[in-house]
Amino acid sequence: MFIKLRRSNRLVLILLLLGGGVIASSFLANAFGVVNIPLPDILKMSLNKITAFDFPSTWRAVDETIIFQIRLPRVIGGALVGAALATAGVLFQGLLRNPMADPYIIGTSAGAALGATIAMMLPINLVFLGFGLVPMAAFGGALATVILVYNLARVGGKTPIISMLLAGFVVSALLAAVMMFMMSISDRLNLNLHSIYSFLMGHISVTSWGQLAVIAPLVIGGIIGARFFASHLNAFSLGEEGAAYLGIEVERDKIRILALGSLLTATAVSISGLVGFVGLVVPHAVRLSLGPDHRLLLPASALVGAAFLIIADLLARILLAPVEIPVGVITAIIGAPFFIYLLRRTRREYAF
Amino acid sequence: MVSLQVRQVYFSYLNGLVLHNIDLFIKAGEMVGLLGPNGSGKTTLIKLASGILKPKEGEIRLDGSSLSQLSRKSIARSVAVVPQQFHIPFAFTVNEVVTLGRIPFLKALAGESKVDRQFVVNALELVGISELKERRFDELSGGERQKVILAMALAQQPKLLLLDEPIVHLDITHQIEILELIRRLNVEQGLTVIAAMHDLNLASLYFERLILLKEGRVSADGTPAQVLTEARIKEVFSASVRVEPHQITGVPHIIVMPKERITKRE
Repeated sequence: MFIKLRRSNRLVLILLLLGGGVIASSFLANAFGVVNIPLPDILKMSLNKITAFDFPSTWRAVDETIIFQIRLPRVIGGALVGAALATAGVLFQGLLRNPMADPYIIGTSAGAALGATIAMMLPINLVFLGFGLVPMAAFGGALATVILVYNLARVGGKTPIISMLLAGFVVSALLAAVMMFMMSISDRLNLNLHSIYSFLMGHISVTSWGQLAVIAPLVIGGIIGARFFASHLNAFSLGEEGAAYLGIEVERDKIRILALGSLLTATAVSISGLVGFVGLVVPHAVRLSLGPDHRLLLPASALVGAAFLIIADLLARILLAPVEIPVGVITAIIGAPFFIYLLRRTRREYAF
Repeated sequence: MVSLQVRQVYFSYLNGLVLHNIDLFIKAGEMVGLLGPNGSGKTTLIKLASGILKPKEGEIRLDGSSLSQLSRKSIARSVAVVPQQFHIPFAFTVNEVVTLGRIPFLKALAGESKVDRQFVVNALELVGISELKERRFDELSGGERQKVILAMALAQQPKLLLLDEPIVHLDITHQIEILELIRRLNVEQGLTVIAAMHDLNLASLYFERLILLKEGRVSADGTPAQVLTEARIKEVFSASVRVEPHQITGVPHIIVMPKERITKRE
C-alpha cells in the first residue's frame, strides 16, 4: 500500500475488494458452461429479477432457466461451501494451533463419509426440507463424530487439545476402516461404489433453491458467529494457558469454537461431499498475505474460500465438458502449487 | 494496587498433593520473590494466584474478593501473568502481540480504541522496545521476546503482576534489565509483584520480601537476610553454600561451594 491507511479503513477496503472478487467470479461461473451466455445478458437478467429494471429480453427464455434454475443455485452452493470450509479451517487452525489442521481434522470427514455410505446402502427414500437421506446422514455423521471425539478426549473437566487431535485421528481411522470394509463387500450390500467415490472426491450438488434456503442461514449464521470469536482466537495463539491469562474462559470458548467449526463443516459436507484443500489452503494463504489477526482473517478467508470454490467448480464443469471433474480434484490441483508458491515467496512464514 | 491473600490453601494434581496449608498475605505494592527447588510448588502457587487453577481447599482473595467468584475477564483486568516462555505459532508482529494485552478490555466485535492503542504505545516505551514494534515476534532473541511478553502484560494495566521464572532463559544483561524494570514499576506505580525465581543472588538483590517453599509448604518468609541463611539453604536445597553480605548493598550474597574443587585444594 502506498498510502498509509488507518487500520479499520484497510480492513473495510480489503473486504470490499474480496467481496467484489466473489461477485466477479460468480458472474464468470454463470456465463460459462455447456452453453455460454454473454455477461451483459446475465447482468440485465439479474437486474430485472432483483430490481425494478425492465430490460427488453434479447436472450432466449431457456438461457434464463439455465441461469436461475441450474447455474446460479450451484454457484451459490459452491460459494457457501467454500466460505464454510475456509471459515472452519481458520477456526480449527487457530484453536488447535496446528498448521495441519483443516475442517476435517477431528473426524468430521470420516463421520460424514461413513454416514453417507450407510445412507446409500439403506433402501429408504426419505426427503426432509428438500434433502435426501445421504446429505442428512453426512451432516449427522460429521457432528456425531465430533461429539464422540470431544467426549473421548475429555479428562477431569478439561479437553486438552493434544488429546483431541489424537482421539480425532484414531476415531477417523476406525470409521474409515468400517467404511472401507463396507466398500469391500459392496456387492452384497447393494452399494454403488461410484456414488461413494463421488462423495469422497467432492461434488457440489444443489438441486433446488429450497436446499439453499436451508444451507445459507446455517453457513452465514456460522460465519457471523465465528467473527464473535476473533479476539478469542488471537488469544488462543498464546496457547490455552496464555488465553486464560487474557481473560478467556478456555473450556467454554473451546467447545463453542469447535461447535461452530463442526457445524459449518457438516453443513458444507452435506451438499458437497469431501472437498479437500479449501479449508487448509485458504486460511494459510490469507494469513500469509494479510497477517494472523483473526478479526481480518476470518471474514477475508470466508470470501476467498467462496471465490476459490466458485472458480474451481467452474473449471470442474467446463474443462472436460460435458464430463464433470470432481471439484475436490480441481481444488487440490490449483491449491497445492499456489500454496507452495506462497510459502516460498512470503516473509510472513511460520514459526510452528 | 491490590493485595493478595492466600488462606489455608491446599492443592493437588491428579497424582498427589502439591501445596499444603499455604497461608500468605501479600500487601498492596509489595514485591515478593518466590523461591524453592524444582517441584516445590512455585509455579502452582503462581497459577493459583492467577485463578487458572482452583484450590482444593481454602481460598484466595484479590483485594478482599474471592478469585473463585470473579470471571476470568475481570481477573485479567487486574492480574497479568508472564510465564517462562510463550510459543506463538503465527507470525505476529511485536505490536500485534503487545496489543493482545488489550483483549480483556475489548467489547465483542469492536477493535481497539484510541485509549487501547495508547496503552500499547506506553507499554512498548516503558519496556524500551518501541523500535522493535514492526519486527516479527518469532524473529526476536529470547531476551527481546520476554520483554515483548512483559510489555503485553503491562498493556493489561495490571495491578498485580505475576511472573513465573521470567528471566530463567536469559543472559545476564536481559536478566538485570527485566528485574530493574519490574523494580521500577513496583516503586513508581505501586504495582504489586510476585515472581518465582531460581537465582538466589538476583532474588536477594531485587526483592524486599522472599518466600521460600519446600515440598509444598512455606519454609521461610521474610526479608532476604531472614530467609537466605546458610542453614536454611542447606536444608531446602541440600546445597552447601556460604552466605556473606553483598559488598555494596549488604543483602545476603550466596557463594556456591563446589565439592570437587574443595577436595582437590585440600
